[in-house]
Amino acid sequence: MMTPMIRATAASLLLAGSMAVAAPALAEDDWIPPVTDALTQTECGDCHMAFQPGFLPARSWDAMMDGLADHFGDDATLSPADTAHIRAYLTANAGDVRGSELARDYMRWVRPDGVPLRITENPAFLREHDFRPEVWDRPEVVTPSNCLACHRDAERGSYEDD
Amino acid sequence: MTPARSLTLAALLATGLAASIAPAHAGDAADRQAILDGLAAEARAADPAFAGFAADRGETLFRTQWAGGDDRTPACTACHTENPRAMGRNAKTGRPIEPVAVSAKPDRFTDPDEVAKQFRRDCEAVLGRHCTAQEKGDYITFMMGQ
Ligand code: HEC
Ligand code: HEC
Ligand code: HEC
Repeated sequence: MMTPMIRATAASLLLAGSMAVAAPALAEDDWIPPVTDALTQTECGDCHMAFQPGFLPARSWDAMMDGLADHFGDDATLSPADTAHIRAYLTANAGDVRGSELARDYMRWVRPDGVPLRITENPAFLREHDFRPEVWDRPEVVTPSNCLACHRDAERGSYEDD
Repeated sequence: MTPARSLTLAALLATGLAASIAPAHAGDAADRQAILDGLAAEARAADPAFAGFAADRGETLFRTQWAGGDDRTPACTACHTENPRAMGRNAKTGRPIEPVAVSAKPDRFTDPDEVAKQFRRDCEAVLGRHCTAQEKGDYITFMMGQ
């Protein structure tokens, strides 16, 4: 089921082939600054793990906070005050604002005018997660965005393969 | 922290060491009853013939394949599983969910804001509409017996 929103996301990412070969992997490639804001942790960690802001550019977080009434099919609406607080935190720590090594790795694949809403459609993600269908079909996985099913320390920003 | 909860806490502090025994559980039961009383008042206002909550109707709500909302969640059991005493899993995001039966998780249905929020979200996802006060009370009554 391809919603218009998801199609827009895919269109805002560069095609994998159109990019120069990725830089050699560094140790920092498996760590991204974790969420440190309590309200973001609580409200955006209600239905899934609170994703680290570094995986998307600031304009994506802005678009997401504008569209919480239809958030991937869910109503994730918050009060105006909470929305403003979380928006400020996510945009100030976005991948194109405070680029850690791993965030830069993801930002490289985003078009200058692109507004992706999914981390899991970024070519950097797809390249790291090119698994056989059996892996995705495991009952505890459900969806690629369920980072915690495979990365036990994902909430601390740690994605080392274990 | 709800007013009911802070009262409970104050009572515990007043009795000092008694806090290590079971009274937290008694506080949960009181908090849950307060939520049920509120729902009963709401149900009576909606229908003067309201005659209390029933666990069997709550079970039907829980197990029926409504398929009225989100494709991924045709029934409550899509996330909470057929067995209320078992761990569940969010069918949209994969995140684990603690058992919904009160016997398995004694602080179930004790925070009014949380209860209101989840009924709003989950009934919308499953039935494609809000649940009535009658349905909510029936559901909680069923889970209290599980
Ligand atoms: C009511 C539940 C709910 C709440 C609250 C919620 N989300 Fe989501 N979120 C979802 C669902 C459902 C998906 C889609 C999951 C999937 O298909 O993999 C999702 C997906 C996402 C994704 C994309 C994941 C991917 O595939 O890369 C991001 C980013 C995201 N949410 C951020 C947020 C932020 C930021 C907040 C807080 C403002 C938030 N979410 C609050 C339910 C929620
Ligand atoms: C089905 C299991 C699974 C899920 C779900 C999953 N990952 Fe992974 N991920 C892996 C595995 C396995 C590797 C290691 C791949 C390799 O070494 O080739 C990996 C690698 C990574 C890496 C690269 C780490 C490194 O050492 O370079 C990052 C970053 C990452 N995942 C982030 C995420 C994020 C963010 C999510 C959720 C949005 C997620 N993963 C969801 C299994 C998963
Ligand atoms: C999309 C998955 C999903 C579906 C489907 C679902 N729930 Fe839930 N439910 C949750 C989550 C997540 C929570 C919050 C986590 C928790 O309480 O452990 C929750 C919690 C609740 C709570 C709050 C419990 C408490 O202790 O405060 C109620 C009430 C509830 N659900 C009722 C229902 C009813 C009624 C249905 C069917 C009409 C239903 N749920 C279907 C995911 C779901």
